[in-house]
Amino acid sequence: MKHLIDPMDLSPEEIDDILALAQDIIYDKDKYSEVCKGKKLATLFFEPSTRTRLSFEAAMMELGGNVLGFSSADSSSSSKGESVGDTVRVVSCYADIIAMRHPKEGAPKLASMVSGVPIINAGDGGHNHPTQTLTDLLTILREKGRLDNYTIGFCGDLKFGRTVHSLIKALSRYENINFVLISPRELKVPEYIITEIFEKNNIKYREVTSMEEVIHELDILYMTRVQRERFFNEADYIRLKDTYILDRAKLKNAKEDLVILHPLPRVNEISVAVDDDPRACYFKQALNGKYVRMALIMTLLGLKGVMR
Amino acid sequence: MKIDSIQNGIVLDHITAGKAMQIYYDLGLDELDCSVAIIKNVKSNKMGKKDIIKIDKEYDVNLDVIGYIDPDVTVSIIKDGKMWEKKKVALPKKLIDIKKCKNPRCITSTEQGIQHIFKLTDEKNRIYRCIYCEADK
Repeated sequence: MKHLIDPMDLSPEEIDDILALAQDIIYDKDKYSEVCKGKKLATLFFEPSTRTRLSFEAAMMELGGNVLGFSSADSSSSSKGESVGDTVRVVSCYADIIAMRHPKEGAPKLASMVSGVPIINAGDGGHNHPTQTLTDLLTILREKGRLDNYTIGFCGDLKFGRTVHSLIKALSRYENINFVLISPRELKVPEYIITEIFEKNNIKYREVTSMEEVIHELDILYMTRVQRERFFNEADYIRLKDTYILDRAKLKNAKEDLVILHPLPRVNEISVAVDDDPRACYFKQALNGKYVRMALIMTLLGLKGVMR
Repeated sequence: MKIDSIQNGIVLDHITAGKAMQIYYDLGLDELDCSVAIIKNVKSNKMGKKDIIKIDKEYDVNLDVIGYIDPDVTVSIIKDGKMWEKKKVALPKKLIDIKKCKNPRCITSTEQGIQHIFKLTDEKNRIYRCIYCEADK
């Protein structure tokens, strides 16, 4: 049984297959409308979410399946003190596949060790978010036509930004990608990303504190939100939250074919005035998330060959 | 200084000088009711100086704990006053319930009854990472 806990759980070939399937779904949605008939997806969201949970549910519905679950820890038995392990053991009796978000890092890994059905990590604390990674890869592929050979800048909260960690891991397997890491000193990527991803694989990377200094070099700019919920100290959050704001003035020096990505939700780190810029791809990215999750659900349920 | 030889038990030799007490506590030897000798700073041709621990009881020693603290230790099993078996320990690939994850955001900080498991990710620098959150120990 296959789970998706860490983006590296999928080989590059498996990722290629999922992205190809997602593109085929985009091309001919009707063909897939009954693939998951009679199947149930449980969405166990111990932490609030809009995009991820709704895109999982929409994905399963568009495949002809059903959904059940909860959208906050308060409305589950964890509020009565039930362990994650017990919750997952029980839910795996009712559903064919589980998408799970939890504020504690490693909770989906634990779930995969006790579950009788495939587990999809829909975000665990500041750790990983592999389905956002698949979304990001599909968007890069559709916008750039390739997954290799470019300069990508990650900007904002690179310490707690799980989407950043997951995407860096996934991109480390593609050729000739130059990473530019833009963050305040307090929110730099964790040390293990530097030593075990960049240095171990001899990948070019650079850590800078100024967005203006590097924006002209970038082919892709991946913006992130400074997440209030990851800070133990409110004062630190307030001090750092407005460090980087992308606006029209900063984009003047950017390439014509820059692709601006953001996992959303945004607060103020991308000015609303940028939304009309053709380089802004973050809402397309949100739509791609649904298609790539359809492809993932089909893959983990072993339904790739089943369609109308 | 005279330490009696043991009849049935275990000798941990070639312990890096200064690490005997850590091994003593991490193996739980403080909870044994038999004689346990900790000999520190013994002269050694190979190591300059070393520590030795003698346990006067047949005891199922956790080689992973020793390998994690000091992978060059040799473990000798003594039976009827004679060397019965000599074991070389090595850096374990996995640590199970030997160390706890210190990351307050890790699921192991709240989930009851969960095994604390670390995986060796960098043998050269002896780096272990929690299999759940990937924090190093």
